[in-house]
Amino acid sequence: MSPEEEAKNVPLLGVDKLVKRFGGFAAVDGASFHLMPGEVLGLVGPNGSGKTTCINVISGLYPPNAGQVFLEGKPIGGLPSHKLVRLGINRTFQVPQPFLALTVRENVEIAATYGGPDSKADIDAILTSLELDAYRSRAAADLNSAQQKMLDLARALATAPRLLLVDELAAGLHPAELQRVARRLRELAASGIAILVVEHLMGFIGEVTDRVIVLNAGREIFEGTLSQAVRDPQVVSVFLGGSDVH
Amino acid sequence: MRKAVRHLIFILAPVVVAFAVLPLIYSNHLLLFNFVVFLVLAQGINVIYGFTGYLPFGYVGFFGAGAYGFSLLVLHAHAHPLPALAAGAVAALLLGVILTPLLRLEGAYFAISTLAASEAVVQIISNPNLTEITQGPYGIRLSGVYAPRLAYGMAVAVLAFTIVVVIYLRNSRFGLALQAIRENPISAGMAGVNVVRARVIAWLLSALIAGLIGAVYAWYISVFYPETVFDLGMSIFAIVFALFGGTATIIGPLGGVAILYGVYNGIGIAAPQYFQLIYGALIMLLVLFLPNGILSLLKRRGFNVP
Repeated sequence: MSPEEEAKNVPLLGVDKLVKRFGGFAAVDGASFHLMPGEVLGLVGPNGSGKTTCINVISGLYPPNAGQVFLEGKPIGGLPSHKLVRLGINRTFQVPQPFLALTVRENVEIAATYGGPDSKADIDAILTSLELDAYRSRAAADLNSAQQKMLDLARALATAPRLLLVDELAAGLHPAELQRVARRLRELAASGIAILVVEHLMGFIGEVTDRVIVLNAGREIFEGTLSQAVRDPQVVSVFLGGSDVH
Repeated sequence: MRKAVRHLIFILAPVVVAFAVLPLIYSNHLLLFNFVVFLVLAQGINVIYGFTGYLPFGYVGFFGAGAYGFSLLVLHAHAHPLPALAAGAVAALLLGVILTPLLRLEGAYFAISTLAASEAVVQIISNPNLTEITQGPYGIRLSGVYAPRLAYGMAVAVLAFTIVVVIYLRNSRFGLALQAIRENPISAGMAGVNVVRARVIAWLLSALIAGLIGAVYAWYISVFYPETVFDLGMSIFAIVFALFGGTATIIGPLGGVAILYGVYNGIGIAAPQYFQLIYGALIMLLVLFLPNGILSLLKRRGFNVP
């Protein structure tokens, strides 16, 4: 294999035997998975299976207790968030976390300015693509919850991420919004961004992901497509509570 | 940056000119000096609380550190006031650096811990065993440096510096980053802001501001006790003035001091027997009806308040 081909085969994100404990409880307990550029990976599992903790560790909110996170083969576990952002990792939050007193545009502007040396994001284009352009001068506090989720996404996109971690972006959106978000995520993946999606809405997961990892008690128990997952007896009986998956 | 120039011309310049001219037409120079001191302290609170979101009840600790840094250099090294002012600034910065770990705390915990820190410093300084160094509880008596006019001029210069800092924060990406930290430090990190570094810079800037004016204060009054320059009341006043006007703006704290400290002195002269009653009621009304300061009245109507 030539060096270029080898480089192509290095995953953008590698998670290797990751452990994150809170006191005596291991929220993530040896999870391993990887993600290629342009791929959309779903992270599913029951509540408390460690999905969000995985995202929190990858995005630098907590350092791992053991194991390692790799970006293009380089260890990044334990780096602070702002450094990871400049390396090309960003995320959205389950409960949106905008800068409430600042305007919508300022929310995105901060990320575009500080997000990294290569970040020359077109703020207005990002706002337009997420249908926030009409609110650019309004305070983020004036937005509804769905719009605040889009603002989280806009802030992440303004840092020109190569890896986007999406934590329950779909929850609480109505069907038309869901369609739009799914389409947008597919477009982002098509542009080469790797996306890790944590989600409970299986329809949404089926629509946007190429592959899913099923986590239970902080460990992966299945890897494959969602249609394979829903037929996997272990996944179905233990984690999705039956065969009737929607 | 054109906006910043406008702010320099229409806010900084009039304030500096006013305080340069006022001593010529108003004879109560001590009151004017106190106005300048509170304008500086309120803007210092604005930097660390208004922009960055950390409310230090013990803010006066930096003021006292500045006063003692100045005085000790004058007492022991017979230094000229100007290098002694630098010593005041350094003392406050050092205290700021020592207290940096407090920034790991949030909200009330941070506020109370700074209060405790300020009390600890005053206890150390007023310890009778340290009388040879700090004059202990007997306080400072400076001789040979008394120059109230020069000290007043220096206070106005410190005020000008402070307003320039706030104008910078109001118009720069760094100021926006601080506000992002105030709103949500986790999201600020995800926007690429180095949260730890930015808030330490804001903390040290606010310490420097209070330290400088503390040093000038010591120079101006020349005789004081530890309790004078570590008076919790000064922290409270500066905080209330800044909040009354409206934080994270340039003119809010300026207006807050002008109105509230003006009223304070007005009541003190006109109706001293009702002083506590009127002043307390005023602050209660403010907290109840305008918790975001008087400027929030304008902001609500869509004005972009500088």
